[in-house]
Amino acid sequence: MDMEFSPEDLAFQQEVRAFIAENYPAELRGKQDEGEELSKEDFLAWHKILHKKGWIAPAWPVEYGGTGWTPTQRFIWSEETARADCIRLMPFGLAMVGPVIYTFGTPEQKAYFLPRILSGEDWWCQGYSEPGSGSDLASLRTTAVRDGDDYVVNGQKTWTTLAQHADWGFFLVRTDKDAKQQEGISFLLIDMKSPGITVRPIITLGGEHEVNEVWLEDVRVPQSQRVYEENKGWTCAKFLLAHERTGIAGVAASKRGIEKVKQIARTELDGDKPLLANAFFKRKVADLEVDLAALEFTELRSLAGPNAGRGPGPESSLLKIKGSEIQQRLTELTLEAVGHYGAPYFRGFGEGDNEHPIGPDYAHRAAPTYFNMRKTTIYGGSNEIQRNIIAKMVLGL
Amino acid sequence: MDFTYTETQDMIRDTLSRFLADTYDFETRQKFINSDTGRDPAIWTALAQELGMLGAPFGEEHGGLGGGALENAIVMEELGKVIGIEPYLPTVVIAGGALKAVGGAQADAVIPEIIAGNAIIAFAYAEPQGRYDLANLRTTAKKDGAGYVLSGHKSVVYAAPWATHLLVTARTGGNQRDKDGVSLFLIDASLPGIVRRDYPTVDGSRASEIYFENVAIPGDALLGGEGTALPLIEQIVDEATVAVCAEATGVMQKLHEGTLEYTQQRKQFGVPIAKFQVLQHRMVDMFMEVEQARSMTIMGTLKLGLPADERKAAVSAAKAKVARGAKFVGQNAIQTHGGIGITQELAIGHYFKRATMIEGLFGTADHHMERYEQLVLAD
Repeated sequence: MDMEFSPEDLAFQQEVRAFIAENYPAELRGKQDEGEELSKEDFLAWHKILHKKGWIAPAWPVEYGGTGWTPTQRFIWSEETARADCIRLMPFGLAMVGPVIYTFGTPEQKAYFLPRILSGEDWWCQGYSEPGSGSDLASLRTTAVRDGDDYVVNGQKTWTTLAQHADWGFFLVRTDKDAKQQEGISFLLIDMKSPGITVRPIITLGGEHEVNEVWLEDVRVPQSQRVYEENKGWTCAKFLLAHERTGIAGVAASKRGIEKVKQIARTELDGDKPLLANAFFKRKVADLEVDLAALEFTELRSLAGPNAGRGPGPESSLLKIKGSEIQQRLTELTLEAVGHYGAPYFRGFGEGDNEHPIGPDYAHRAAPTYFNMRKTTIYGGSNEIQRNIIAKMVLGL
Repeated sequence: MDFTYTETQDMIRDTLSRFLADTYDFETRQKFINSDTGRDPAIWTALAQELGMLGAPFGEEHGGLGGGALENAIVMEELGKVIGIEPYLPTVVIAGGALKAVGGAQADAVIPEIIAGNAIIAFAYAEPQGRYDLANLRTTAKKDGAGYVLSGHKSVVYAAPWATHLLVTARTGGNQRDKDGVSLFLIDASLPGIVRRDYPTVDGSRASEIYFENVAIPGDALLGGEGTALPLIEQIVDEATVAVCAEATGVMQKLHEGTLEYTQQRKQFGVPIAKFQVLQHRMVDMFMEVEQARSMTIMGTLKLGLPADERKAAVSAAKAKVARGAKFVGQNAIQTHGGIGITQELAIGHYFKRATMIEGLFGTADHHMERYEQLVLAD
């Protein structure tokens, strides 16, 4: 057992650093620094650069376009992209439906969809939750009824992230009303431009348009767009939920977040000293660092321990719970650090007035981000559900 | 010992509560906070002229109801229950408190204007470098003939876009963080040289950055002694802090009630989620925070009249407890609601936003624990 990088790993780290330094779009960096909301094109700009380089899908098998990196190299990659504050790639294609398709899809589905996911040509969204089906996902009521070679789909999905940009969506639908809940569900790929689909925005607490309601009214979907067997969609869903939780610990991003908080707390004053010299604030930063180290080494054990390569197990619930709690505490500390300047609300403001600024730039998104990040303990299986999973699957209770 | 309210106090609560139930439902509030001016001035006028509510803490000699801090707490708690954005705190509690403390011609002139609903007064005390230290001031008022010239920058002045007057802390002497040399001024908000940059706040109100660019102010704008106003400012900010604790109690009560209601309606796995013990215990913990917030608000309010150090320790204990409770109740209300709690559509998220801003108002839990330790646990 050791935790040293090999010479090859160190060389890889240098290569990654150099690549990011040379290729990360300057315009994107500027927008991030200003705290501006990112457009679809912004998200795709970095995606396309990585696709061109062949580094867009490190987690995929090589035969479908993966990089063939070792777990250590993948770890280095996620560390370096976070260290350089690169934007997070949209997970819906790359981390969610892509792995479902290459694991369960037909040769035709693989041939058509996987290259388009890699290139960024298709933007994907996830049609899982419904107004009455959140934590209890298997109670979903959107129906798909066979009609000739098609299904006719009716129902309503909700919390559909960035569906306003989406070309395609993957949906869980009920194909057998009489079967037990989890046994009558199928996994469909639906063209978001199909007649009968309506996407309506949901505005969240920070003023963001991030999630949507998706209404499906007599939407015709060819049966060839069903992944895996009819009524076996829950198998894909379970596989995907486990997949979604890997990386959900967000260790690298939280490390970067702590550096940002420290930077703010070195700039903000408390009396004649920086805020970071305040014993109370400093202790909270230290607590966070210690908890993050515990999370990091728990994740590393699951990456490089005896079970490595077997895919994520129930222990990924631990990573989700602790990771999301740390992400939220980071936003709490940021909001606390900016003091009075947490209050101004910047969405919809006119042009800046440099002569009469409204507090430091780093304060502008502090409160909206704090509000927004309450989602992390709710989405992807709420932390209450994750604790149930650990109780049942790990502790055998 | 008696913790019951008087008949007049019950009447204030009942009258206000009924009025707000009629005028301040969530949809109406959303409509006017999103309007150009961000408020409905008719509500303020009605509070003054129909209800007489803006006279709650003032003496009958000024036309008030003869109350004090308890009456302010009652009004603030009711405003908290509807996440009201009416500028009662800066106008009545803070500026009214300062005027009551100072008395004399200024009180005689301005308090009736407050009671009548004609005056809205914003409290310009915070500065970019000062955090929660009331003496950490770079804004200066330099003597100039019979008056002063005011220069400096005040941060996040709630209600300033609506204000007829500004209550301003400024340095007439001493160095940036000295306790001596601090003065308090009540000035006309439209004096030449006052540059305002207005904006909405995350909790639905309006505020401004205020830049004083060599503003000539008259000598009689000074409230209290020149250079010796810090104890007065500390006193009125302590009064404001317990008033904010009262508001928080109203906000927290609604967060808790809303959560109880939602969990009994929302079904998952075939049962109302209120049946799950993990959520029951969470809601019990929230309930205990609401009760303790109410207790600490009353404790702090009743101790406002004690000698300064005892008053400060009590107010800091109250604010620290309430700030932590507000965070716990707010975060868990959202968590228990799930996704719907993070949307703008439901009131619950808006209560959470106000609860979050209250946590830091006039000092975070840490700030007040530190002040408490210095006063109570010093060697």
